[in-house]
Amino acid sequence: MADPVLKIDGLEVLFPGFSGDVHAVNGVDLDVQRGEIVGLVGESGSAKSVTAMTALGLLPPGAFRQSAGTISILGRDVATMSEREMNKLRGGDVAMIFQEPQTALNPTKTIGKQMLRVIELHSDLRGMAARDRAIELLKDMRINDAEEILGRYPFELSGGMRQRILIGMAFACSPKLLVADEPTTALDVTVQRQVLQLLHAKARQTGASVLFISHDLAVISQFCDRIYVMYAGRVVESGPAQKVLGNPQHPYTAALIEALPEDADPGAPLASIPGTVPNLVNPPKGCAFQARCRHAHAACDSRPVLTDVGSKHQAACWLREEISA
Amino acid sequence: MTTDSVMTLSNIHMRFPFGEDWRGRPRGYVHALNGIDLEILRGKTLGVVGESGCGKSTLAQVLMGIRKPSEGEVTRNFGADHDVQIVFQDPQSSLNARMPVWRVITEPVFAVSKRPKAELRALAADLAAKVGLRPEVLDRYPHEFSGGQRQRIAIARALSSDPDVIVLDEPTSALDISIQAQILNLLKDLQAERGLTYIFISHDISVVRYLCDEVAVMYLGQVVEHGASEAVLAAPKHPYTRLLLDSIPTMRATGGLGEALSNTDLPSNRNLPTGCFFKDRCEQAGAGCDVRQNMVPSEQAQVRCCQTVATTPQKVSA
Ligand SMILES: Nc1ncnc2c1ncn2[C@@H]1O[C@H](COP(=O)(O)OP(=O)(O)OP(=O)(O)O)[C@@H](O)[C@H]1O
Ligand SMILES: Nc1ncnc2c1ncn2[C@@H]1O[C@H](COP(=O)(O)OP(=O)(O)O)[C@@H](O)[C@H]1O
Ligand code: SF4
Ligand code: SF4
Ligand SMILES: [Mg+2]
Ligand SMILES: [Mg+2]
Repeated sequence: MADPVLKIDGLEVLFPGFSGDVHAVNGVDLDVQRGEIVGLVGESGSAKSVTAMTALGLLPPGAFRQSAGTISILGRDVATMSEREMNKLRGGDVAMIFQEPQTALNPTKTIGKQMLRVIELHSDLRGMAARDRAIELLKDMRINDAEEILGRYPFELSGGMRQRILIGMAFACSPKLLVADEPTTALDVTVQRQVLQLLHAKARQTGASVLFISHDLAVISQFCDRIYVMYAGRVVESGPAQKVLGNPQHPYTAALIEALPEDADPGAPLASIPGTVPNLVNPPKGCAFQARCRHAHAACDSRPVLTDVGSKHQAACWLREEISA
Repeated sequence: MTTDSVMTLSNIHMRFPFGEDWRGRPRGYVHALNGIDLEILRGKTLGVVGESGCGKSTLAQVLMGIRKPSEGEVTRNFGADHDVQIVFQDPQSSLNARMPVWRVITEPVFAVSKRPKAELRALAADLAAKVGLRPEVLDRYPHEFSGGQRQRIAIARALSSDPDVIVLDEPTSALDISIQAQILNLLKDLQAERGLTYIFISHDISVVRYLCDEVAVMYLGQVVEHGASEAVLAAPKHPYTRLLLDSIPTMRATGGLGEALSNTDLPSNRNLPTGCFFKDRCEQAGAGCDVRQNMVPSEQAQVRCCQTVATTPQKVSA
């Protein structure tokens, strides 16, 4: 079998702070195989972004410490790669899209200038050939008057248009892995649907793998083949999207789905989860969800590990271990 | 106007001038609201949905009385000692960071009548308990709290002047699902207890379906469909409402994401379209769409579309 596009083993990341270190990532294992669309879902602060940013070497040096774990991209251990090699990887075999399309584009340069720079940096195309490639990428993203758009500045375009341009640019160098962190969170639902459809189609058509980060369970369920549910810097459940969301095995995943108003009876209160996420300066020793879990019991004082609960489906909960034991 | 309406908006227009020519006259206008008629029913929740830029927040400012419409009439059916309060999306920036929580909560009261400190503190303690905050929070500062807790503070603040109407402008969009559920439950409880009227601005249709008695769908500064939320969301009549509902990601979807939409751009509100505002994006557009559309009563809703079959006008809510 070919090397996974991305493989993370036992990752721990902390941010040193005045009132103690923030233990943001607490032992995460995760992989993305070739052509796979993998989702990372969880609430704010669960470390979706820090996990992805660490993997791509994008956290500001000095601000954080990777205290354990290994990361390999396309079979290469990133710890052995120089900054130059990492830079070449990013924007080449690995591309990224973030939530705010506004800040990802340079406001003082036209779209055309920025697209040509990316294309020329990472391919042999020059001049008219590079320009044709830019137009082709924009057309793929359903941007009608592509020639005209090349002459425009980012502020002259809508958020949805900017995000489609960034996706087009991300595919400029035929990446093998695309990391998309909340790429549609700032967009209206109609625009979100369009952007998701185009991104999905383009990934499938080029065979690129996608690591897709979102807090939106519905978006994740429609977009991803396989997902990881994160809580307080840990993976609590993983497996095929339809299985995990259709038949959740971890109490946290189940409680999140129940808390959605989508199918709720307007006459009854919503099934909310009491309390809030744990403080990561002193992360819980046992199960991170213990303080909010209605099934918590004595065993939960020690930390549960991911256990098989079905084919390719895993959950980290003592209830499951006891059932399978 | 019926007796149970707490506010009525008639033909509200809001224009903002932009640019200046050499004589200092505006070069044009942003047409943010273009003829809004709404009756706000006492003790009910009206959901307002629509894409960003369609005028939801401008409408909220008109309801609050902090913006005078360029045209049209706002009628308020409650005493002068009552008011309209608001809870914003971003509890981080909407609360005064330099004030302790008890001052933040009682700011709206203090603004109209300078009461003694002890009295304000007691009021703040009451309200904090009401929204599920512990008494020791009163002397802390807003930045020390999580997003959900800050939104509780914002709700306590909105309650402090004993308003009849509270405008909730995307109050849970910045919150996690588990916290959103807590806040929605709190809003429901407070409404039942105090007979509050809510205007709930949101882009999350599933939240509107859960919380709102009625829904008004906005497009380019107009209401294009208005009716009982159950009816409108189950059987939308306006092509835009249908598009909006079709676009919502859902956990129940099978068969992936479907075909990509070709046109998702809102028309400019600097030069309003002639004819139906939705014409450029409408798949049903035909000959009748070249003129401005009026609201047509149809079953349990009012719809701004020439293809709506008019039925006997019916009162919108129960
Ligand atoms: N530069 C930093 N310094 C200190 N702590 C940080 C830093 N960046 C992230 N953290 C902390 O790491 C944890 C994980 O953050 P992360 O941004 O990965 O969450 P997330 O799951 O992406 O959340 P969101 O959904 O809000 O984007 C949080 O507790 C956060 O406060
Ligand atoms: N103070 C203002 N000056 C000029 N234009 C404004 C002002 N406030 C709002 N607008 C414009 O009015 C339209 C409606 O805005 P808004 O009510 O904020 O929309 P929403 O809340 O639905 O996103 C937008 O085009 C916006 O840019
Ligand atoms: S391990 Fe215990 S506390 Fe954690 S989710 Fe399972 S039952 Fe709940
Ligand atoms: S009036 Fe015409 S263009 Fe407008 S929504 Fe109805 S069918 Fe579509
Ligand atoms: Mg993030
Ligand atoms: Mg707004």
